[in-house]
Amino acid sequence: MNLLEPAILTIITAATPLLLAAIGELVAERSGVLNLGVEGMMAMGAACAFAIAITTDSSLIGILGGIGAGVALAALFALMTLGFAANQVACGLALTILGLGASGLVGADFVGARRDAMPKLSIEGLSDIPFIGPILFGQDAFVYASFVLVAGVWWFLFHTRAGLTLRAVGDNHVSAHALGSKVLRVRLGAVLFGGGCAGLAGAYLSLVYTPFWVDGMTAGRGWIALAIVVFSSWLPGRLVIGAYLFGSVSILQLYAQGAGIGLPSQLMSSLPYLVTIVVLVAIAGTRARARAPACLGVPFVPDR
Amino acid sequence: MRAFLKGAIAALGLAALVAAAPAEAQEKLKVGFVYVGPVGDFGWTYQHEVGRRAMQEALGDKVESTYVENVPEGPDAERVIEGLVRSGHKLIFTTSFGFMEPTVKVAQRNPDVKFEHATGYKRLPNLATYAGRFYQGRYISGQIAAKMSKTGVVGYIGSFPIPEVVSGINAFMLGAQSVRPDMKVKIVWVNSWFDPGKEGDAAKTLLDQGADIIAQHTDSPAAMQVAAERGALAFGQDSDMIKFGPNTQLTAIVNDWSGYYIDRVNAALNGTWESTDVWGGLDSGILKMAPYTNMPDDVKAMAEATEKAINDGTYKVFTGPITKQDGTLAAKEGEVLPDPAILGMNWYIQGVDEKAPN
Repeated sequence: MNLLEPAILTIITAATPLLLAAIGELVAERSGVLNLGVEGMMAMGAACAFAIAITTDSSLIGILGGIGAGVALAALFALMTLGFAANQVACGLALTILGLGASGLVGADFVGARRDAMPKLSIEGLSDIPFIGPILFGQDAFVYASFVLVAGVWWFLFHTRAGLTLRAVGDNHVSAHALGSKVLRVRLGAVLFGGGCAGLAGAYLSLVYTPFWVDGMTAGRGWIALAIVVFSSWLPGRLVIGAYLFGSVSILQLYAQGAGIGLPSQLMSSLPYLVTIVVLVAIAGTRARARAPACLGVPFVPDR
Repeated sequence: MRAFLKGAIAALGLAALVAAAPAEAQEKLKVGFVYVGPVGDFGWTYQHEVGRRAMQEALGDKVESTYVENVPEGPDAERVIEGLVRSGHKLIFTTSFGFMEPTVKVAQRNPDVKFEHATGYKRLPNLATYAGRFYQGRYISGQIAAKMSKTGVVGYIGSFPIPEVVSGINAFMLGAQSVRPDMKVKIVWVNSWFDPGKEGDAAKTLLDQGADIIAQHTDSPAAMQVAAERGALAFGQDSDMIKFGPNTQLTAIVNDWSGYYIDRVNAALNGTWESTDVWGGLDSGILKMAPYTNMPDDVKAMAEATEKAINDGTYKVFTGPITKQDGTLAAKEGEVLPDPAILGMNWYIQGVDEKAPN
């Protein structure tokens, strides 16, 4: 019995929501804004995407609704932290609580409703190639989108002028401001992008991963995405490693349990966290240590 | 500004009136429910909420019921329960094991208020306990699985390795072995009461490893959906999940608290309420089996016969001979395990390959 192929397929679906949420947060943090509200934006994205998809009977509109919900919450966060220069940690935590609560309200009428999962890609010929076919050409749109997003963010951050400005704003907002960069405007864009990605990750949960809505279905994935951003040293490439490592270990430990490996299940369940942290810290230690954006979490109030 | 202040005062006054109104129209029995999860969990808490609504519907204007959801187990719960007492609730249901100590404390302070705690074991003159013998349903599920499985391997998704879940696995396997002695079970623990994504992943890994039927002791329909997608069979948990697998669900173990809540609230209204210890199975209506579907008639007939035997008490699930994994006898031929042994079960029966949890 070949377990490798199904294992890889399961790992991809487990890692995708983490990667989607994390890449958005990475951009926000690179611009100097720490948004701890990922879990809340994700939950809201999941609830709105499902509710809208059911009501309009269109997955696409549902996805847009999920993204919109994430962006809306992020806009609220931006108003507080950028507009009023409020404490980012406190606002982020409040945003998580708000998002989780509001998602329950939005989703209340949709508990127990079901909807078919979105179809996976199927290319005549290509998707039928053994092993490689289903893995490379048989995924749902979100999986491809996650990699396009990561590549796009990498290119944007390190190969465009706008990306350089965003990083400059995150590293030294006073200098960036003195050089004429619109610090708050850049940060607003980054925060909204982060919200959209978190909403998209939520939409993935309720439309593809487990296509139904229940309260609290994000189950801490937003927090894991946040941790992956930090441990990947704010680098998009390592973010992929982190998300997929976490996904792999959490799925492989389920296989190991099913195979009857006599380790305590509690230990197995904690492995994804341990392995991901150890590996990413080890990577960070081997090369020149990438540091956090210097202005991460520091509010910017322009002088007049 | 002055106009604004006037408006604000008027609004406050109105709010006070609204708040006071129900108190004046007293006579109604105020019944409070404390939930550990959100009412939208489609699992444990959802079923209690369904029961509460059925009770409210049945007793109409004689009662006024409220609930507090997402109450963490521990000291916070005490504050919530006390709050319900202060706001005039005379009968309070606390619906999670972890609410035991807080409920006991508040019950001791308020002897004139009646309390009911689900799944606990501490009682007082004004504190009753109630729970469901859901393992009975798992025995029936086990029999069905043994008949329906082609590979002879069933995948079992567990939440936490605690006695309730362990006794459920044993009941399931006793049922399976009664039909097919060499039946195998693969167990995967997700170590969470609620993580739909992980439950679905667990179902995938079990199906990949040769199981063709999924049983679960977790709440969400994720595993059912995965089984449906893969063309496997599965059992629902907490509520009827047939919608999530019309061609997949064999039956479901349904927690139905509505009858119990109606009875107990009625008793409180009539003054016949007493502190009781109810551990109700099929006979009490707390456990119901969802319709037997997606199986041939002979399997259905077998399941119905077993259900009937358990229901009228002619068959008890934990009847000996029951052999533990290490070969020692837990119950002799014809001996029935007493309730405390079921409630504290921390060993597997022979035939479960998994190492027993500590």
